[in-house]
Amino acid sequence: MLSLLWLIPTLPLAGFLVLALSGRYLGHRSIAVIGTSSVALPALIAILIGIDFIAAPPPGFVFRQEAWTWIAVAGFSPGIGFYLDALSLVMVLVVTVISFLIHLYSTEFMIGDDGYARFFAYMNLFVGSMCILVLADNLLFLYLGWEGVGLCSYLLIGFWYRDPANGRAARKAFIVTRIGDTAMALGLFLLFTHLGTLDIQPLMQRVMQQWPEGSELAILAAALLLGGAVGKSAQFPLQVWLPDAMAGPTPVSALMHAATMVTAGVYLIARTHVLFSLAPPVQLAVAVIGALTLLLAGFSALAQKDIKRVLAYSTISQIGYMFLALGVGAWSAAIFHLMTHAFFKALLFLSAGVVIMSLHEEHDIFRMGGLRKKLPVAFWTFLIGSASLAALPLVTAGFYSKDLILWQAWSSAGGNPWLWAAGWGGAILTGLYIFRVVFLVFFGEARAATPPDTRRPGLRITIPLIVLAALSLVGGWIETPPFLGNLTLFSDFVQHALPPARVVHDGKNDETILELLAIAASLGSIALAYLLFLRYPAFLHGLMLIPALARIRKFWHFGWGFDWFYEFLFVWPYLWLAYADRHDVIDNIYKMAISFTLRWLQKVDRHDVIDYIYSGLAELCLFLYRALSATQSGQVRRYAAAIAAGSIGIIFIGIFA
Amino acid sequence: MTMRTAEAIAAIPMHHGLMLAAILFALGVIGVLVRRNLIFILMSIEIMLNAAGLAFVVAGARWEQADGQVMLIFILAVAAVEVSVGLALLLLLHRRFQTLDADAVSKMRG
Repeated sequence: MLSLLWLIPTLPLAGFLVLALSGRYLGHRSIAVIGTSSVALPALIAILIGIDFIAAPPPGFVFRQEAWTWIAVAGFSPGIGFYLDALSLVMVLVVTVISFLIHLYSTEFMIGDDGYARFFAYMNLFVGSMCILVLADNLLFLYLGWEGVGLCSYLLIGFWYRDPANGRAARKAFIVTRIGDTAMALGLFLLFTHLGTLDIQPLMQRVMQQWPEGSELAILAAALLLGGAVGKSAQFPLQVWLPDAMAGPTPVSALMHAATMVTAGVYLIARTHVLFSLAPPVQLAVAVIGALTLLLAGFSALAQKDIKRVLAYSTISQIGYMFLALGVGAWSAAIFHLMTHAFFKALLFLSAGVVIMSLHEEHDIFRMGGLRKKLPVAFWTFLIGSASLAALPLVTAGFYSKDLILWQAWSSAGGNPWLWAAGWGGAILTGLYIFRVVFLVFFGEARAATPPDTRRPGLRITIPLIVLAALSLVGGWIETPPFLGNLTLFSDFVQHALPPARVVHDGKNDETILELLAIAASLGSIALAYLLFLRYPAFLHGLMLIPALARIRKFWHFGWGFDWFYEFLFVWPYLWLAYADRHDVIDNIYKMAISFTLRWLQKVDRHDVIDYIYSGLAELCLFLYRALSATQSGQVRRYAAAIAAGSIGIIFIGIFA
Repeated sequence: MTMRTAEAIAAIPMHHGLMLAAILFALGVIGVLVRRNLIFILMSIEIMLNAAGLAFVVAGARWEQADGQVMLIFILAVAAVEVSVGLALLLLLHRRFQTLDADAVSKMRG
């Protein structure tokens, strides 16, 4: 079964090719079948491979598959090779299974859209690129997938390209992530020039052998890779693209936030964890960036009106948790949260999509309300997703993963109370902002401008929602804290690829207290959301009358003004420079050198040697033509004269020569 | 050919015969070039052929070889063919253009 590994990225790419080339000739039904099956089969293969891998692990818990050598130039020979270990297995399972569910959902959700085939083609390419990214054996091949998801995010965010705003959002996402990608490319160059290979496993061994802990090169390389991860995963300071990326269709958001794009940075850091653990300052930076991002995004999420933007900020915030975990060395906790987050974030987006669709493209949560009875499926699934996001204790997957991160942020070698406190504060924010949405959208009285279209969503929408809801509930039970049975199936498995977190502050009392505090944060924030947004909304309205608070709210709403700041710092000066400089010296030089000189030369050189040669040639030809045509006059006597003259000439030559 | 005539011919210096042939040929050429009437042109060509034949005969007599006379027979045959074809063409031309002016029928059309 393991030998089928190469099919996992290949099938979605094949689906992309088929749809891209012949999509316009196919009917909706066949497009849906091709688009979905080219992701369903890899998901099936991934599950079978996963079962195989666990039942009969290959030697060293690693399976490699080399397809062919990509390039071979003077000692640089990256291959098209796939690498399967515990980490990439988890990733590939998450990517393919979640993508399959989102594809299935899209077949119904996107029906009637002009770009039905285009949509599935891009989505397949997205999944294929992501599979390449997580299965790549060397960093160059990984970078191919990395850029592939970047391209697909651009294509899909700008999917409804007729609206210029969508095109702007797509460009913004592309350019902002490109800043990170540039850093990452530099990091790859650095690694290759110093260590001579980009194959991940040999590279990590050489890193360990040649670079001492804390060496400058290690720090630089790790920092550059972190730049790439920050861009792709929308972390501070490159988080600005993700909220705008909501311009794409809702399933795209679900795919991008749950299974593909934004998890790439987390995966990259986990994949190169050896390098990062040799660069303690960078690792601290990872943790701090994560903590900072999760708080910033949490506050922003609290002030949004657009239901999808709440979820977008929520993603930024949750990826922040993963970075926090990566930063303190809790590798498997980060991947665990990545997995559970994929479940509940996909669920939240997809059920939000149902709400938006049934309210005729209404995004504003203040114009919803009271949808609990009218949209029961969306309500229950969104509620489960929200509970999981808010880490409702015991029953939800999000609880187990977030709890693990919080505990390790405190207890592990890289952790400290400040990071824990940030995570804990973020947990309160999470519960507040997501249950704010729940209470505003599904409870209270209906404020919708148009009555909801309560047509029952079909099976293709309902089944993914139910499956994801089930995963959001039970997905965490494979890893439980000590006071709940201390089950560590997930981290035991992932520890074949990632080292365990080094616990330095081990104390049963501490842990219990921290668990209780985390539970309190989760329950308390939900209760607070209930009080603030459902029970006593007047209190909040009263607070908003205070100008300072209203201004803060607006500040949060616009993402802490990062857009303004970047616009002010980079975009405007650049545009101004380009405008001011449109007649600068260089332009003038070009004008003089090229346009003026050429025109002068052209004028002067009307009758040069070459012109003479050509016109001389033309005249010679004309003369010869005349001469020859004169001999063909048809005048018999002239012919005779010519013959006589010729004969005389020949006789003279015969006599005198 | 009797002995006497052969002796009489041999008595004539060769360059006299050749001169005569040359003059006749030149007259023929001039006739071809200056006359416009096709019949005269044909006749001039005959004169040129005869001049050439005379030259052959003179040369044959000088070297006492029969070749010159053989060539004359050839030339006479060629002249006969030329005249018959030429006259046939003349008839056609005259029927078509009502003229025998060589310049008037100078337009060659397929």
